[in-house]
Formats: sequence, C-alpha cells, structure tokens
Amino acid sequence: MRSSIFFGIAIATAVLVFLLAHAIGNDYLFYAGYIVVQYIVLATAWNILGGYCGYVNFGSAAFFALGAYTSVFFHKTYPLPIPALLVIAAGVSGLVGLGTGYLTLRLRGAFFAIATLALAVVLQTLVVNWNYVGGSRGAYVIRPSDIDILGVKLDYIQYLFLIIILLAAIAVTIARAIERSKLGYGFATIRDDELAAEASGVPTLKLKLIATTLSGALMGMAGAPFPYYIGYLEPASAFGLPYAVNSIAMPLIGGTTSWVGPLIGSILLGTLQQVATVTISSAVNLLLVGVLLVAFVIIAPNGLVGLMQPHLRRMGWTWPRPSSKSKASASASAASSPSTEST
Amino acid sequence: MYVSADLLLNALVAGLLLGGFYAAVTVGISVSFGILDIVNIAHPGFIIVGSYIAYIVNAQFGLDPIIVGILGLPVFYALGALTYQVYYLSFEKRGQEALRGLAFFFGLLFITEVVLILVFGVDYRYVNAPYVDKTVTVGLVQLPMRMAVPCVMSLVMLAALQLFLTRTFLGRAIMAVAQDQLALRLMAANPIKIKRIAFAVSIATCALAGAFLIIIQPVEPSIGREYIGRVFAICVLGGLGSLPGTLIGAMLLGIVESFTATFYGPSWAPAVAFGLLLLTLAVRPAGLMGR
Repeated sequence: MRSSIFFGIAIATAVLVFLLAHAIGNDYLFYAGYIVVQYIVLATAWNILGGYCGYVNFGSAAFFALGAYTSVFFHKTYPLPIPALLVIAAGVSGLVGLGTGYLTLRLRGAFFAIATLALAVVLQTLVVNWNYVGGSRGAYVIRPSDIDILGVKLDYIQYLFLIIILLAAIAVTIARAIERSKLGYGFATIRDDELAAEASGVPTLKLKLIATTLSGALMGMAGAPFPYYIGYLEPASAFGLPYAVNSIAMPLIGGTTSWVGPLIGSILLGTLQQVATVTISSAVNLLLVGVLLVAFVIIAPNGLVGLMQPHLRRMGWTWPRPSSKSKASASASAASSPSTEST
Repeated sequence: MYVSADLLLNALVAGLLLGGFYAAVTVGISVSFGILDIVNIAHPGFIIVGSYIAYIVNAQFGLDPIIVGILGLPVFYALGALTYQVYYLSFEKRGQEALRGLAFFFGLLFITEVVLILVFGVDYRYVNAPYVDKTVTVGLVQLPMRMAVPCVMSLVMLAALQLFLTRTFLGRAIMAVAQDQLALRLMAANPIKIKRIAFAVSIATCALAGAFLIIIQPVEPSIGREYIGRVFAICVLGGLGSLPGTLIGAMLLGIVESFTATFYGPSWAPAVAFGLLLLTLAVRPAGLMGR
C-alpha cells in the first residue's frame, strides 16, 4: 500500500473515531481517550528510535514536557492557535533531540540512554527555576470553553481530542513510511549490527541523528496540546516517570519491529490504565505497567505482534515486511557512499 | 557577592563528606557498569530498598543502621546473584542486552519505586542513631556526624573493595572478565560464574549505601531517580571501572554540588550532576582515570 493511501485511511479512521465519540457525546470519553491517543503518538515516536534503531530513550518525558512548556511559554507571551504550537514544539523538541544525539550518539548506546535520563532532570531543574513559565508552582492555562472550526461549534475538549487523534494518524503514517523507505532499512542495519553497517558504508551517525530528531519532534508535538488539556501544568507531573515508562513499555509490549506494535501496545495498555485508574488506583496501574514491561521483555521479546505472527502466517497472511536478509543488502546498496563519520 | 573564608571552607568540607558518600553509592555501578558492562539503571532502586530495610530494622529494634547494612550484605548478595541470573538467561545469552536488558532494569527500578510507594506511602522516613544529630566543630569547620560517619565508612568500603579486586584471585578474575572473556574461558574459568559473583558484589554494596543514605537524609521512594544521574555521572567522570577514579569523581561532584547549593540555592543541585555528565560525555568520554 502506498503511503499516501495509507495516510488517507489513517486520517479517515481518526475522523471516524472522532465522529463516533462525538455521536456518543460523553465528555469523559474524550478526556480518557485523549490520554490513550496521546500515548499512541508517544509510543510511535519512541519506536522510531528505540524499535527501528535499537537506541533506548529514557527521556520521553523530557521531550513531552518540552512541547508542553513551549505551549505554556507562548500562552503567556503571545497566544497562538494549537496547530501553530504543534509546529513550534516540534521544532524545539527536535532541536534538543538533535543536540543530545550529537553529543552522545557517537559513543556506545548505553551512554545515549543515560544521557536521555540526564536530559529529563536537567530540563526539569531549568523549568523549576524559570519563574516565567510557573517555576515549581506550576502554571495555569485557562482554555476557552469552545471553539469555532469552519463554522462548526466544538467543545474545546473535543477539539483537543480531534487534534491529538489527527496527530496520531500522522505519526503512525510517518512510522510506516520510514519502515518501507531507504531510511528504515538504514535504521534496521544499525539495530542489527552497527559495526557491520558502518563498515558497509551506511552513514550511521547521520541516520541516528535523523531518528533522534524525528522522534523528539513527535514527542514534543504530543506535549504541545497537553497544557490546554490539563489546565494546570507543574514540572513534577509534566516530567513524570509515567510518560517515560509508558512510552517504553507500550512499544515493547506491542512489538518494536513494525508500526503496528506501538499502536496495539498503546491502545491496549492505555485503555487498561484508564480502566485501572478508575477501578483500582493510579499507583496500582503504574505497577501493572512495570510488571507487564518486565514480563514481556523476558518472556515475549517481540511483543504481542511477535506472539501473533506464527498464527497469522499459518493462516496464509504474511506480514508485509521484507526479511532481514534482503534488508541488509538493500541498505548496503542504498547507502553506498563512503561514510565520513567515525565512531 | 562577598564570600567569607569560613563559608567557603565549610562548603568545601561538606562537599568532600558528600563526595565520600557518593563514592559508596557509585562503587556498585563502577563494578556492574564499569567492569561488567551491565547498564544496571536499577542500582539506585536497590539502594532505596537498602535504606528502607535499615529504616524498618532501626524503627523495630533500634539497631544502628550501619550494622543493619553490614547484616544486609549477604541478603543483597543473593539478590544480586538472582538478578544477574535472570538478566543473563533472558538477555545476555540471547544478545539482547542493548534494548531489552535496559528496559528490564528500567522496569525493575520502576517496580521497586511503585511497590515502596504502595507499602510505605510517599512520606519521608528517617533513622535514629546516637550520632545522627551531633556536630563536631574543628576550628572554623563544622563536621556534622551524620555526614562524617557515612563518609568514613564509605572510604573503608571502597578500600576493601579495591583490595578485593586487585589482591585476591577472585578479584583479579573479575578484572579479567572485563578485559577478555574468551581468554578467561581458555583458562578453564567460567566467565558467567565470575560475572555473577561480581554483579552480586555490586548489589551487595547497596545494602551499606542504602544505610548511609538514610543516615544522611530522610528517604522517600522516588528519591532513587535523583541518584541515577549522580551515579552514572561519577562513574563516567572517574573513568569506567576504576575505583580510585570513582572516588575522585565522587569527591568532585560532591564539591561542585555543595558549592552550587551554597551559592546558587539547592534547587539547582540536581542539574549539576547531569550537566557534568553531559559535559564529560561531550569532552572526554573516557573519564579522568579512563584507560
């Protein structure tokens, strides 16, 4: 399927889900749904670097909060419409991703992971000490009660939900398009054997930087509408560990090798958490995520998609993905120019 | 800003004392990450567990937290051996330590934190010992015993570990694992067994480090996260796998943090470690004493 057609289907699905929720008309559905869909964006973004390249980012919360605080900053200085904020947040988070990647991706993978942990704490400290965006007290962002789009009057929460679900459609399309492109093959070579990739002329550092930037930008975009959703943003919650854990757990539980994994993982785990928060308690739902994460990485390394794959194959439905052998040769010929970076 | 000599001196001494304690917190990571190449980000989680054990025993029986820490060593050793066994079978053996191994430790850290919150709540816990609230004044310098005792004990622990690694047969075998596993196998030694012992030792240090931590400051479950940055910053700054490097790195970080807290306010302190880490990674990734 061509990416443009897939994009059309994804957007149509998003609009359909929105219309369905609109028809039901329960506000709670939008509030809970927003969080679940937000995790689709985060998990998909994480997977571009984590799943495709094999580099672990523990700083999802940092990129997410960066997007959120970009919104807060503009809300205080010069209020902009949310779509504009999305673009700015993408720029800011993408740049930070690029910078962190540039500093650490030339080293071993573990250093990048540790640096992303570091990034979250450094940014949180900066925000805590920056009074303009609320400091440690937090910032109130009063959202309008409704908004006019093309003459249709929408509840603001419905508008936010529409934005985030369209964003999710875009994120999933990007992830899928990467998977099928030269870029995706390059990413896969890095994941499978970085040394061999480097030796066959894959420009690994450049590819890793592209992945970090893209992944960071998408996470920032996920964060941009968040202050309007939550109404009151404070550093401890914006930089909260749940974002970091969820955006790692969801792709790993769903399966990291294709765009379907994070999608399934985030919908399942996100919904489960919403249910658990209401019926049990929010601490227990975090425990659930942690235990599921550890259980899945030990027992089912390829996630739910990996578990389902043999069954699907038996039913004659092959996964639309080239085998790893053709991947390696394709990327080697794709990026035959000698690489200038050295590790 | 006017800076008086005694303020400066006290900040320096406080930094050195803090640094000694940081060395105890980091020494486990120096073994697991520096020598064995296992990125155990759950290490601070084990330390917090050590703190809570010290707290429980201290509150129940009034036992000195450091004695609790020493008694806890074998328990944590066993815990470490078990963790390594799971890690080895699930990830190292399958060659998946890069992505899933990291996620595994991250999950462990997260689980310990949430379980501690569920059991003990988010209240700060502290211990009672005769020296906790005493302060000795030497000239211009004030030595709070709650900092000095853990610092001295940390140095003892570090020295013991350094002697173990350089002077005993087993310690040398551990250093050999870091250099060449295959060669070790050719000498008819089992690298997995040696790594298990070394990792267990690294976790055992958490029993004592946790006891030190709760002597120095009140502890709540999520405090471990602050230490992730510190331990890795120190470990990388000092040079991977070098215990003297760890001590120097720890002292440096302690002094920098103490000065930041004294002159700019404690709210900036958490960023110091990470800033230092990013700086080290950018400028000299091999660290001060790195090979």
